[in-house]
Amino acid sequence: MKYKNVFKAAILALSVIFAGTGSVFAGDQVRLTGSGASFPAPLYTTWFKMFSRANPGIQVNYQSKGSGAGIRDFINHTVDFAASDAAMNDREIAQVKEGVQLLPMTAGEIVLSYNLKGIKALNLPRNVYPAIFLGKIKKWNDPAIMAANPGVKLPDREITVVVRADSSGTTFVFTKHLATICRDFKDGPGFGKTINWPAGVKIVKSPKNDGVTATIKQTPGAIGYIEYGFARMTGLPMASLQNREGKFVAPGLASGQAALANAEIPPDMRVWLSDPAGKKSYPIATYTWMLFYKKYHNPQKAQALRKMINFCLDEGQKLSDRAGYIPLPDNVVEIVHRASANIK
Amino acid sequence: MNFKNSGNGEPLQPDMLERRHFEVRTLKSIVLSSITIFAAVCACLPLFSVLIMLIYRGGKRLNLEVFYSLPPTAFETGGGFGNAILGTLFMIGLAALISVPFGIMAAIYLAEQGHCSRIAQTARFCAKTMTGLPSILAGVFAYAAVVLIMGHYSAWAGGIALSILMLPMILLTAEEAIKMVPSPMREAAYGMGCTPSQAMVKVTLPVAMPGIITGVVLAVARAAGETAPLLFTALFSDYWLHPNGPTASLAVLIYNYSGMPFENQIELAWAASLVLVIMVFILNIISRAIGQRKK
Amino acid sequence: MAMEQQSIWDATDTLSRPVSKRDIFFDKVFRWVTHAFTLGTIFVLFYIVFKIGGKALPVISEFGLEFITSTTWDVNAGKFGILPEIWGTLYSSILALILGGSFGIAIAIFLTQDFLHYRIQIVLKNIIELLAAIPSVVYGLWGIFVLIPLIRPLADYLHNHFGWIPFFSTSLSGPGMFPAALVLSIMILPTVAAISQDALLAVPLKTKEAAYGMGTTRWEAILRVMLPTASGGIFGSLVLGFGRALGETMALAMLVGNSNDISLSVFSPADTLATLLALNFPEAGEYEASVLMYAACVLLLITLLVNIAGATIITRCDCRSMK
Repeated sequence: MKYKNVFKAAILALSVIFAGTGSVFAGDQVRLTGSGASFPAPLYTTWFKMFSRANPGIQVNYQSKGSGAGIRDFINHTVDFAASDAAMNDREIAQVKEGVQLLPMTAGEIVLSYNLKGIKALNLPRNVYPAIFLGKIKKWNDPAIMAANPGVKLPDREITVVVRADSSGTTFVFTKHLATICRDFKDGPGFGKTINWPAGVKIVKSPKNDGVTATIKQTPGAIGYIEYGFARMTGLPMASLQNREGKFVAPGLASGQAALANAEIPPDMRVWLSDPAGKKSYPIATYTWMLFYKKYHNPQKAQALRKMINFCLDEGQKLSDRAGYIPLPDNVVEIVHRASANIK
Repeated sequence: MNFKNSGNGEPLQPDMLERRHFEVRTLKSIVLSSITIFAAVCACLPLFSVLIMLIYRGGKRLNLEVFYSLPPTAFETGGGFGNAILGTLFMIGLAALISVPFGIMAAIYLAEQGHCSRIAQTARFCAKTMTGLPSILAGVFAYAAVVLIMGHYSAWAGGIALSILMLPMILLTAEEAIKMVPSPMREAAYGMGCTPSQAMVKVTLPVAMPGIITGVVLAVARAAGETAPLLFTALFSDYWLHPNGPTASLAVLIYNYSGMPFENQIELAWAASLVLVIMVFILNIISRAIGQRKK
Repeated sequence: MAMEQQSIWDATDTLSRPVSKRDIFFDKVFRWVTHAFTLGTIFVLFYIVFKIGGKALPVISEFGLEFITSTTWDVNAGKFGILPEIWGTLYSSILALILGGSFGIAIAIFLTQDFLHYRIQIVLKNIIELLAAIPSVVYGLWGIFVLIPLIRPLADYLHNHFGWIPFFSTSLSGPGMFPAALVLSIMILPTVAAISQDALLAVPLKTKEAAYGMGTTRWEAILRVMLPTASGGIFGSLVLGFGRALGETMALAMLVGNSNDISLSVFSPADTLATLLALNFPEAGEYEASVLMYAACVLLLITLLVNIAGATIITRCDCRSMK
């Protein structure tokens, strides 16, 4: 029976693996699992890694899946907290019997990145970029784009529009903006975490901010909407968009802060900047939220979560700018600190 | 390309049967042969391309660090996928632990009962059907049956999803292997006073073992590369393995990182692919070696 | 043979006595266990169908067949239709079948009809089998970074010069039907090649010799004698390869573009049932999850039918050749 040896080897290998993991069980760590928005994911994962390092007893695992998936996990109680750029709507909140505490944790801008060889700067007027996403402008050398960019040699190439394949808060904020500034968009596709993109647009769908960024990067002639940090980290060019006052504004920290200055945080923490005023404001900026239950069965978890929130608000904000996000204004940090006491 | 090399032993009479090179039939034969050779070469190209790219792009990034460090965040350089290797091993180990005894036991029943029993027939049909089950559906099923009931993503759910894919493969190959054992051997055992199960355990199974192990190893190799069943069951994790929580695996890491725009992550995806393919190839070679020894 | 004899000797050490009660008990338990596990196998499949079908049931009764024939997928409006996904699934699989199938059969012929020296034949056979061992995510990765850039010039050329042919009517932006179908065809090629080889090898040598004896060329023998005789098995291999292509998920999710359009053009992005599940399931609320379960049922039904057909064809051919 020489195959006994094979069995022995296999069983030995298995027991080593299981024993190896068994040793991990021993430590009584608090493990927190979160999932959701991909928009702030690079920032969140960095925060949580730093936090877990500073607090050896707590381990925070965040998986970027898209806001819609985060909300679903949160409703199904398969995670301890979630994140979403579209906050949560009333119907979703009603499904969580423990009560929901929304906390804005950071803010960011949604930029239009494109892949055109040799073109580093591009102006997109208010009537043009909704038209691209409606499929009314199909070529890069369309007269409307040419007129806004004198001297730029635009190619005779079809525009490939890259949008999100998953249910996304980024899509929600972006389409809400488009619906605000463009009647046709409001009456046509409307806005939401997923929308039914009009037929006739040459669309490629990709999951998460990461996927959209990667697809734009790999596809000549593509345009898509992503978070500012993703575009900056990967060196993708970003279009300057025309804001409410008619000025072309490039995305960046200053223009984002100018946009956020328009918002007042209400008690339920949900606030939208569909079309911020101000000459220096970049037109598409948003807060992004983490979602917590108001009541946790395990008090240790609630305590760990509050600790994590404090860390993100105090230490974390210092990192935001470097990562391509807008730090929360001081008054907002104060409000969020106070609200986090609701998590028990 | 001519008859002398074909080795079919045609009687060749040099004068009478001389090959006429420009006859339409001969030309047609040559053309078709070239097309076939071309097709065969073309079919090998992807494999070589995949392997070369894996070695070139994955090998560049492959160092000791990737085996013991954790996945990097978007801003970090370096990092690795030690937890994903461990997670993959844990989950395929778990899947094997479930599906191997299950599959072999059921295979014994099927082989014993042959075509007579309706239950055996039904089970065989079910197993054949399950081999064609899209792997994503195994994930959907494990999500509904394990994740929602346990209340969180876990390595256990991932292992169960993988075991559903492994079970029919192991069952069918094990049944074949057991059936291949000559019946006189079993009958001899009966004649010496063995009960049927003693004959099975002490005579038939040991003889069929090489075939069974080949099937098991191949099933493990296939499960190691499966992504779809893990997407909604084990999810992914940036930390070391903890079976009760979300668990990293090589396959999901490759999927996640391949869609990322960051160089570091893409390099890691290639390196992880190289490690995964090496793992799978080693398993394949093992199964082949065992299969060969059988003969 | 040494091994078997030894194990029988092992056995006699303990068996040179009448069967004890313990042995009988063990025998009963053992049989009972094998029986239970067999029932378990049946149970697993039914449980899967039950879990998926059970969740889909309310939606099936709500949407009925309209679900299969409608083309909109609008979560906000509550309108769901999977015709584009069914189309994408079938279209990509058929393209893959045409490519992978023809190459697979060519390779099966090449490997079985004495074109090569025995050793080279074995090497080539192993290479083809290793193609099947590479995980589909790795093919996806390769597709994104190697295949798409590689075929882009070809696609541009075809679109610019032959754009009037409906198959090339759009330009390739990157992810799309063509790269997806190419990778799929590589993935089903080993299946087709392996089963076709078995079918060709199962043709009795005498049949081939008889053909040669009548003075056929090699290819006349292959086309008129070998292929028709093995046709059942080859057809079965194609059906099984088709079944494999239908259920493939990851490589397609990475390459197909996930856009729910129905287009004849091989360069336009499309969507398949499996990728629809992979991408939408994680975020689906309870209602959408049921809708996706309905889509899963459709996929299950299609793959089951195809696989059962394939398996039946192959078994029937085996029986025939045995007679």
